[in-house]
Formats: sequence, C-alpha cells, structure tokens
Amino acid sequence: MAVTAAQQRALPENVVVTQLDALANWCRKNSLWPLPFATACCGIEFMATGASKYDIARFGAEAMRFSPRQADLMIVAGRVAMKMLPVLQRIWQQMHEPKWCISMGACASTGGVFDNYAVVQGIDRFIPVDIYIPGCPPRPEQVIQAVVDLQDKIQREGTIQGSEFDVASRQQKKRALQELPLYGRATFVPPQSPTVPTP
Amino acid sequence: MTNASISALSARIGAVSTTEFRGDTRVIIGKEQLLDAMQLLKDDRGFDLLVDVTCVDYLNYRDAKNRFGLAYLLANTATNERLTVRVLLDEPHLSVPSMVPLWAGANWLEREVFDMFGIRFEGHPDLRRILMPEEFTAFPLRKDYPLQGRGERHNFQRIARAEA
Repeated sequence: MAVTAAQQRALPENVVVTQLDALANWCRKNSLWPLPFATACCGIEFMATGASKYDIARFGAEAMRFSPRQADLMIVAGRVAMKMLPVLQRIWQQMHEPKWCISMGACASTGGVFDNYAVVQGIDRFIPVDIYIPGCPPRPEQVIQAVVDLQDKIQREGTIQGSEFDVASRQQKKRALQELPLYGRATFVPPQSPTVPTP
Repeated sequence: MTNASISALSARIGAVSTTEFRGDTRVIIGKEQLLDAMQLLKDDRGFDLLVDVTCVDYLNYRDAKNRFGLAYLLANTATNERLTVRVLLDEPHLSVPSMVPLWAGANWLEREVFDMFGIRFEGHPDLRRILMPEEFTAFPLRKDYPLQGRGERHNFQRIARAEA
C-alpha cells in the first residue's frame, strides 16, 4: 500500500517506519553476548580483544558470559579434544535461540597442527559454525572483523522467529504464506471479552 | 652414594644389572623383586620421593629384546641422590605390583601408564583411565597404534542447525 502525501504529513517527525525483522536484527546484532569457549592460546588473544587496546565493546560484544543460558554467541578459541567435544555440544545445546558460533583460529576450524587421535579436526563436523577466523592465533583485529561480519550476516538474514536457522521451517513458512489469505485465516474468530464492548 | 644403594639392593635381592649415562644410574630389576627392592630403597636408603613412573614401547626398536620398559624415577630429598629403576615387560604378562602402598603419589602416575600403554598395576586402589575418555578402548602410546587413531575422534553425533 503506497503512503499518500496526506498520510505522510500526518506522521510526526520522530516516527520511523520499518520492518519488525529489521528492528529485531538491529537490536540483536549490536548486543551480542559472547560465551568464550577458550581452550588454548587463542583464548589469550581473545582476552586481548576484550581488553582496552582493541576493545570489543565498541561493537557491542563486551558482555562476556560464562553461562550458556545468558549468551548468544559462542566463540570457540583453541583446539578441542575429543574428550571435550561432548562438553562443547552440551554447552551449545544449552544456549538459547537465537545463537551463533564463531570458530576462532586454525585449531578450532580444522584441528590445525594437531592431527592426532585425541583432537577433533574442526568443530564444524559436530556443531554449526557461522564465521571462521583463520590464524594461529588470529590477531584481535581479525576477531573484531569476524564480529562485524557476523553483524552483517544477522542484519541480512535474521528473522524475529529465528527461522533462518531452520531450512525446513523456512520452506514451511513459504508454503503457509502461499496458502493463507493476506490477513490471516478466513475462519479465524478473535477471542472476545464480555467486558469489552464490541462495535 | 649411589654405589652404596646398589650394594644394598644386591645384598637384598641378588646381583642387579646397572647402566650409567652422564652420571645417572639405572638399575634393571625383575618384576618379582620389584616390591621388595622398592621397599628397601624407600625405607633403608631414604628414597622418599617417586618423581615419575613412565614407560617406553620398544616395538621395532633396534636391538631391543623386550617390548616394554617401565621406568621409576626415585629421588632422596635429603641427599639429592637419584636412581632410576627399570622393569622390562613382555606381552602377555603386562602387570607389575603397584607402588601406591609405598608412595601415594604413584596413584595418578600409574593410572597414566595404564591409560597410555595398558600395563596393569596389581593392587592399585583405582586403576581407571586418567587422560582418555572412559569408553576409549585402545592404548594410544603403544607403537602399533596409528597416530591419527582408529576413527575414535570422528565418532560423535553431529548437531545440525535445526536441532539445537
């Protein structure tokens, strides 16, 4: 529906019209709460990223949470042993949606130089990963770039229901949109309270 | 100083073979006499510290006659005397008496040797794996175990984006 000139004049100057998804994405991307899953030297570099010189707070991701229930960005920094992997998966499952994962450094992404029986060869074999950071260990600037890239990704793809994480539900939503009339199901009757007068 | 310890050992359990390298003395002892010899070294010779228990797999090693070589590193903290006690083992008799009754610190050291080499320590109070997961079946520091494992590290459930 096109906005007419008459309607435009009726809106005060401090009103912004946007999409709900875009608003939710904007809120989410600027307040990522990381869970540092730091198992090795990448964790030290990640601490530098959080400290005053590089200051990840400039990008809204400074509230480090060590409880998975309070975090929405898991940063796996360092090699993951096969004894640690069930722990990593458990923590990932305990995080609330929407959630994202950054694989920091060569070891978390590929196993790095530790190609032996005890080390997992890339966490993306076992949990979903959004952004990979190369380096051994990566510079703090790279970590910040990863956070900025993730912000872009959230703004581009995010939905308020989080259905971008779920291919099946995305297709279901597409089907549902085709089936339903524009303003909801035709048989839908809104609940009515007797105390509220109906026109 | 070390000679006195070796002659005391010989007097208790008979002649022992020794080797020396850069001032460190090693004594090779049969596993039947191990507990007796260690008791003597601790009580009479003052070796109050068991520094380490470790093992070497001599599979395909040149001139090696035995498969495994256990090494007990002992120290006397009063006199700084040090002694290495070695026990050579062959399959299928991979068990030695535990040293936990003498040095409580042997507990985790022997668990590590058991975890990595599969050598059993008789009389150990809690002989479980210490480094590898409990469901692990192999002994990874044996030379016939492949460096990249037998697929254990890939044997986990994959969590997809839609599941969690």
